[in-house]
Amino acid sequence: MSFTDYFVPCVILAILFFGLIAKTNVFDTFIEGAAQGLKTTADILPALICLMTCIGMFKASGGIDLLSGLVKPVTDFFGFPSEAAPLIFVRPLSGSGALAFYEEIINTYGPDSFIGQVASTVMGSSETTFYTLAVYFGAVKIKNTRHALPSALSADLTGWIAGAAAVRLLL
Amino acid sequence: MKFFFFIIVFFSVVLGIVNGKMPEVSQAALTECTAAVTLAISLCGTICFWSGIMNIAENAGLVAKLSRLLSPLLKRLFKGIDPKGAAMNYIMLNLVSNLLGLANAATPAGIRALEELKKEENAEDIATDNMVIFTVMNTASLQLFPTTVAAIRANHGSAAPLEILPGVWIVSALALTVALTAAKLLSKVFRYGKKKGDTS
Repeated sequence: MSFTDYFVPCVILAILFFGLIAKTNVFDTFIEGAAQGLKTTADILPALICLMTCIGMFKASGGIDLLSGLVKPVTDFFGFPSEAAPLIFVRPLSGSGALAFYEEIINTYGPDSFIGQVASTVMGSSETTFYTLAVYFGAVKIKNTRHALPSALSADLTGWIAGAAAVRLLL
Repeated sequence: MKFFFFIIVFFSVVLGIVNGKMPEVSQAALTECTAAVTLAISLCGTICFWSGIMNIAENAGLVAKLSRLLSPLLKRLFKGIDPKGAAMNYIMLNLVSNLLGLANAATPAGIRALEELKKEENAEDIATDNMVIFTVMNTASLQLFPTTVAAIRANHGSAAPLEILPGVWIVSALALTVALTAAKLLSKVFRYGKKKGDTS
């Protein structure tokens, strides 16, 4: 047992406690939020169907193995498992695409394997960089984003390398 | 995304023919769509549960409380921004929503924050230093508890779905530090207000 086993139950308890103190109707508010979650799931489903199907086809054709093999010299240098490399190509571009790749990796190698743990850490500590930049700057009509992209990508690169290192050191 | 879709399917077919794996590719095309629905359904419970819990946090004013905790830090990060102004307010709202994983609240607040920054700093179509810092923070994952990852790990029988949590926090913090450092350093390279020779 580790402190992470305490994390989820304690967070739930703390939020409910806080809700009661603030005189929130915790049940009704929960239901309202959960209904919103239903909509979120429905929203991601069409994209997920598209991406999981084409990624499944790509994997079946041997494409993922080919891609992993191609980048292996580079990822080996950084101590990153090449099997999880497809994830880092897709992660900055598409959230649903990354989810589809992530599920594929966990399904193939298992959640507790080194590859599965690195994929989980990368997935949990990164964002859809290009998408976020496009939505944010697009919404406020900024054409010249200056150093936003290089800064964001340097952070992504750090996350991938550190992700593999963290699993080696911590788990 | 339209190119990604085409390219992936194109290479699947070509590689499938070359590698003699067409039966597998065909099988994947017929069954993976069902797997997507199964995945969405298995994640639905987690997504709904945490949306519900976080809705309580939001309604009970936890977001506002946490914003106050972050405020001294943000004052230092966003130089020249009125600490009590609308821009700072939306920045705090966005960052706290991100920390709690409230994606539905984070994006609208983030866009409002950029609009206000644009107004406060009289920017036209070139991003100011503060706008870059803010957006780059949003491209780093600030979420404290990655629910989707935890759910997928648990669904696949992980012995300890949350054992990655300390690693995720450290890596997120490291990536955020690099993002902010890069944003500060590179702002000297990509100078603000230079019209020609600028790359975007």
